[in-house]
Amino acid sequence: MRYSFTDEQQQFREFVRKFMEANSPATEVRRLMETDQGYDPEVWNNLSESLGLAGIHIPEAYGGQGFGPVELCIAVEEMGRSLLCGPYFGSSVLATTAILNAGSEDDKQRLLPDLAAGKKLAALALAESSGEWDAASIALTATESGTDYILNGAKNYVIDAHCADFIVVVARLAGTEGDAGIGFFTVEGDAAGLVKRSLQTIDETRKLSALEFEGVTAKPLGEVGNAAAALQQSLVLSYIVLANEMIGGAQMLFESSLEYAKLRVQFGRTIGSFQSMKHKMADLLLEVESAKSTVYYAAEAAAEGSADLNAVASLAKACASDTFAHVAAETIQIHGGVGFTWENDTHLYFKRAKSSEVLLGGAELHRELFMQQSI
Amino acid sequence: MTEITEESIREEVKAWLTDNWDDNLSLVEWRGKLADSGWGVPAWPKEWFGKNLTAGLVNAVQEEIRNFGAIGTATAGVRMLAAATILEHGTEAHKEKYLRGILTGEDNWCQLFSEPGSGSDLAGLTTRADFKDDQWIINGQKVWTTSAHHAEYGLLLTRTDWDVPKHRGMTFFVIEIKQPGVEVRPLRQMNGHASFNEVFMTDAVVAKDMMLGNLNQGWAVAMTTLAHERRGADGMRPQGSSDKGDGSIFAELAEEVKTVQAPYKWYPQRAGRADLLIERAKATGAIENPVVRQEIAKALTINKANQWTSRRAREAQMLGRPQGPEGSLGKLAASNLARACSKAHGVITGADAMLKSDDGAMDGLIAEILLSVPAHSIAGGTDEIQRNIISERVLGMPKEPRTDIDGAFRDVPRNVAK
Ligand SMILES: Cc1cc2nc3c(=O)[nH]c(=O)nc-3n(C[C@H](O)[C@H](O)[C@H](O)COP(=O)(O)OP(=O)(O)OC[C@H]3O[C@@H](n4cnc5c(N)ncnc54)[C@H](O)[C@@H]3O)c2cc1C
Repeated sequence: MRYSFTDEQQQFREFVRKFMEANSPATEVRRLMETDQGYDPEVWNNLSESLGLAGIHIPEAYGGQGFGPVELCIAVEEMGRSLLCGPYFGSSVLATTAILNAGSEDDKQRLLPDLAAGKKLAALALAESSGEWDAASIALTATESGTDYILNGAKNYVIDAHCADFIVVVARLAGTEGDAGIGFFTVEGDAAGLVKRSLQTIDETRKLSALEFEGVTAKPLGEVGNAAAALQQSLVLSYIVLANEMIGGAQMLFESSLEYAKLRVQFGRTIGSFQSMKHKMADLLLEVESAKSTVYYAAEAAAEGSADLNAVASLAKACASDTFAHVAAETIQIHGGVGFTWENDTHLYFKRAKSSEVLLGGAELHRELFMQQSI
Repeated sequence: MTEITEESIREEVKAWLTDNWDDNLSLVEWRGKLADSGWGVPAWPKEWFGKNLTAGLVNAVQEEIRNFGAIGTATAGVRMLAAATILEHGTEAHKEKYLRGILTGEDNWCQLFSEPGSGSDLAGLTTRADFKDDQWIINGQKVWTTSAHHAEYGLLLTRTDWDVPKHRGMTFFVIEIKQPGVEVRPLRQMNGHASFNEVFMTDAVVAKDMMLGNLNQGWAVAMTTLAHERRGADGMRPQGSSDKGDGSIFAELAEEVKTVQAPYKWYPQRAGRADLLIERAKATGAIENPVVRQEIAKALTINKANQWTSRRAREAQMLGRPQGPEGSLGKLAASNLARACSKAHGVITGADAMLKSDDGAMDGLIAEILLSVPAHSIAGGTDEIQRNIISERVLGMPKEPRTDIDGAFRDVPRNVAK
């Protein structure tokens, strides 16, 4: 079904939500975000082993659940709703998707089962100091050395690299430019010549690192030199998954605003009884539901491999970026002074919204990409 | 008596400074001298540290103090709101007791108005004052109290009669903060700073002569404080001060700035820092991007329009014309500016907007903008309340029917304490 979830998918959502509510309440989010590791290994194990979420879109042949983008997006939307602290987006979404798209049969056999089981963690190192997530902006070079390659350069804003057992690096063959010469590589997390530095992030629930590669030995992942298309394919799915994650957060904020507006009394009546508040809530509902329609449509488009996939992926990312950031700002406003405090949970979502707004490219970029795909 | 002109005033200030300025005095000694001379707050009445000067002449005095390289009276925090309230509603004894300490910087003040249950609806407050054994006993909780952690005194609004309509049962006091019945707890904000506090009062005491205005007429007194707060930089507020020099007094000043003004460090960031936009876009190269240029231009347009709107209001006032609607729009306009700047800084900064502190753009300043701007449309009255004020008071649109202002306050629905 194109515009609704199946009963099984609804049940799956309920199931994931219950798990998140039990394992990622705000108290845990606050505890974990202040740790260097940034997640609870026990929760990660349960999430991977009992729920099979780490391998949800990995085919069964590689130890995964064999589900598609829609189920992946449902799971991630629920994680976004609970601000789950964990290496899911970095490892199970970004790195796993890259391996699925770029890896050879051998690579997949070698790498995916451990990722699907949650036994190993990976990260995808793509963006560099320019802060662009695309092939043309890559400067980090790979030079052939026997069957291996040697990497030199730097990566930035790498999600979940701090805890990754290995890193999937996108690099270019020396002397190439644009989409030519792009290749994927894997590097051990503790490889010689690799320096990881944890970054101070406004969204403390998502850990980012800067990585430096000085003569680091790397194994090729798939066919080197011709991987721009695999990168593009991976990015498109990642936009969609991130957009769904953002909508989970936006929906949560909307609910908390509505609840507060019905509860909070000023001038002898609930603030929700003021017409301006009702209008605001109605407008926010329209915005959130519209954004949901775009991110759900995009997930389905990915599942079907629709012709308009690239366009709708960017449309969804732009829409979710704007919506989450706006709903977050309004949720603070609706909570008044309380909304600006550390004690209130709204700021955790506001920071996630601000960060996700620019992660994998901001709304302005994605509107442009949408236009390029549409004309 | 010779006529007072700007020229003569400037000469007089300079002569006085030449005779009296000494950068090896202590800060308090110097400010005491300055206060006693009347040059510190020349807009104030002659009897109380001032010279009854008009706004134009006050500016001239302050300019002379600055140009001379001397330090002005203390300005930080809500001290000037306290002074304005005391000057208007205080007894001679109150003025005697408090005004000088305000000007010298010896005493710091805070404003104990908002409560967890009453923000927009300030008159819904429930902190109670009961008269027992010849003094007032205070019980209740205040919140968002900026600088309470280093204040000597607080401007305190309480409920003293629960059986009359809400606006007619409040009384205004000055309370000593440093006493066993007052507990100040810092309240951390989403931007990481802790510039305001929760203040818990449990059988705190206020001497009976510390009432400002009359029993149950505290609302009018609070209105004076708020009117001055909304006017912001009015003539009450001395601006003339130099902050650079060699004498020991400047070291003391630097220390004061560090501690007393620390809670306000992020305030420029919450207004959006329009001043940084072009410089930042040039530095990042984003200035070449037409989409970014549009966002910057939008923000700078609001900035210019706001400045010119307030100029129009000020000039009309100087010409003695009746106030037009443009005079009431400043706060709402500033919220729009803050949001537009935050948006523009976001697109200029791109992926770096995910980082803060040393790793963030401009050593975290940009992150601080993004995380502080949301306060602008809440602090000092929310945007929604501003819109109500503009539509009802300025545009004369019918008021919302009110159910909370006629009956006994006791019976008005309110928030249940958590
Ligand atoms: C940075 C900062 C500094 C502050 N400093 C101080 C200080 O020094 N001293 C002090 O006393 N206070 C201070 N405050 C408190 C501030 O004045 C209050 O937060 C503000 O007035 C809103 O009150 P509230 O937080 O109780 O929100 P509420 O009044 O509960 O408002 C919640 C929401 O309801 C909306 N709402 C309320 N009434 C209406 C209505 N009639 N129509 C439509 N919408 C309505 C509001 O706009 C808001 O969106 C500060 C606040 C901040 C954020």
